[in-house]
Amino acid sequence: MNSREIVLGRLRAALGDRPAPPAAVPRDYRPAGALGVDLDLLVHRLTDYRATVHRCPEADVAQVVDEVLGGRRVVVPPGLPRHWLPATVAAVTDQNLTAEQIAAVDGVVTAAAVAVAETGTIVLDAAPDQGRRVISLLPDVHVCVLRADQVVATVPDAVARVAPGRPLTWISGPSATSDIELNRVEGVHGPRQLHVVLVPDGQAGHG
Amino acid sequence: MTRTFLGMPATAPRGVGNLRGEESFPAAARRALGDAQLRRNLRHATTTIRAKSGAVIGELPDWEQLRAAGSAIKADVMARLPELLEQLESAVIAAGGTVHWAADAVEANRIVTDLVRAAGAERVMKVKSMATQEIGLNEALEAAGIEPVETDLAELIVQLGRDRPSHILVPAIHRNRAEIREIFLREMPGVDPALTDEPAALAAAARRHLRETFLSTRVAVSGANFAVAETGTLAVVESEGNGRMCLTLPETLITVMGVEKIIPSWADLEVFLQLLPRASTGERMNPYTSMWTGVTPGDGPQQVHLVLLDNGRSAVLADAVGRQALHCIRCSACLNVCPVYERTGGHAYGSVYPGPIGAVLSPQLTGVPDNASLPYASSLCGACYDACPVKINIPELLVHLRGQAPHPATEAAAMGAAAYTMDHPRLYAAAQRAAGLARLAGRALLPPLNGWTASRDLPAAPPQTFRQWWAER
Ligand code: SF4
Repeated sequence: MNSREIVLGRLRAALGDRPAPPAAVPRDYRPAGALGVDLDLLVHRLTDYRATVHRCPEADVAQVVDEVLGGRRVVVPPGLPRHWLPATVAAVTDQNLTAEQIAAVDGVVTAAAVAVAETGTIVLDAAPDQGRRVISLLPDVHVCVLRADQVVATVPDAVARVAPGRPLTWISGPSATSDIELNRVEGVHGPRQLHVVLVPDGQAGHG
Repeated sequence: MTRTFLGMPATAPRGVGNLRGEESFPAAARRALGDAQLRRNLRHATTTIRAKSGAVIGELPDWEQLRAAGSAIKADVMARLPELLEQLESAVIAAGGTVHWAADAVEANRIVTDLVRAAGAERVMKVKSMATQEIGLNEALEAAGIEPVETDLAELIVQLGRDRPSHILVPAIHRNRAEIREIFLREMPGVDPALTDEPAALAAAARRHLRETFLSTRVAVSGANFAVAETGTLAVVESEGNGRMCLTLPETLITVMGVEKIIPSWADLEVFLQLLPRASTGERMNPYTSMWTGVTPGDGPQQVHLVLLDNGRSAVLADAVGRQALHCIRCSACLNVCPVYERTGGHAYGSVYPGPIGAVLSPQLTGVPDNASLPYASSLCGACYDACPVKINIPELLVHLRGQAPHPATEAAAMGAAAYTMDHPRLYAAAQRAAGLARLAGRALLPPLNGWTASRDLPAAPPQTFRQWWAER
């Protein structure tokens, strides 16, 4: 008998009393689609967990990037709209850069897949405008451009919208720890600054 | 394993891993009760987290409905565990991953060690994982000449301090900032001698210390908070970004997961991603949650392994009352509201699983005789049940296990003094006050105000109360 058969055999034997699974899981909690989207709530939640929020027309994204990262080096995913980048940043596109090359730049600019207003969470799904997971991990400053129509109200809304097969990173504020006396401290291994640029519906990526 | 029929549920083997303490709970608790600094650290930390957690739980109008759903999903998982594991296995393999089955700690350690050797690595980086602590993976890797590096800040503090973890979520909860600074100054090569005890400065020191490790280590070992049977997706919930580093940067990723971590469907994540952070760190959402499904070409580890671990879980599953201990999502809320934990800390429980959940899980994983004092490590106040996001009826389990526990006779002398301490009227009153506070916190957490009464009424009268048991030692 191999280990697989041993483990499965033990578990089957353990269920010899044939416990009945619950007839149905009670799902009386607020389901996907129950709430309208409140952008101000998203901004509050993001700010509460020490992200910096910029609200502007899509045409002004480059200006925000300039304010945050002007004069510095950034890495960008291959599908990032180029007009989001000001002339003042030295941008390198991630074409299989090494981890060392990515760690050497100051910042990263990406788009997003979904955001959750109630929790202040941004989800990246590694689409071409967000790139490989590593590029939003090693640089110290992450600027993330989010369209209003990508914002959903609750966690169930987000789970329903993202695609399971892709690598997903759910980000709620900058890297933090609660390991020292259980006080939240921002800035451990991931980016120590998270800037979210919130632009109106249906404009990002179409410039 | 030789004398047991291979297909029968089995407890975790002796002589490997960290499920059994060197001494009984009362003997270990006695020392902890004498450590005033430890109690101050614990009280501060648990008070802080109870307040944070209560506040964010209060923001959700449907917390009780989410708990009910979480509890039912887990009951469903236990009833269908074999078929769900086979479904998970197929999905992971279809996505390019490799699945291994480990009947116990010895086998899991051997699988991981062989995989690390096959990758040609002499060092692995680790994301905090209860399962790998349970099986003693670090000890096994070291014995094989492989260096394990813990990357979670608290684990790093524990590893550098040559210490043992004392809390599920915050393994260094027994250390305050001044003690952490001293450990860093003593043990971190090249640390700035002017390091202050500001938490931000301590975190920055850890960032510098581990960067090179993240960039140069080719194999990582993680646990998993959830595994979705339907899709083969694994999820790790974390805060610092060390998890993302380990899950993204290496060539080879090995995930060791207890079989009970599985959830049936993708949509079930909507329940647990709300329950876990609010009950655990007291955040609306933890800073980072990573989800991966097998291998993604060009992005992250290209060799992805999943080790499915039994190590006593089949024995827990075999007990119709006890199996609800497998519902645990390791949030540690029950520790933070427990008046006994707050006084003794985690080390007294001997096992890697401390606090109320440890008192019911460890004896079941090892067999009750190997952890016979743990079912008594509770006053049955019910605060743990109220706090548990998946509604595990820990008081009911404690009473159930007390019925199976032989009363250990050999530690009478050691426990006499502990009983005195615990039985001293002033100290006892303090413990009662703590229990009362926990109860209030429980009420603050639960808008309908009925959790406490419900939990008080459920357990049958214990054969012996905690206080009597201490007094008789
Ligand atoms: S038993 Fe419940 S409260 Fe305790 S750690 Fe597990 S899930 Fe959390």
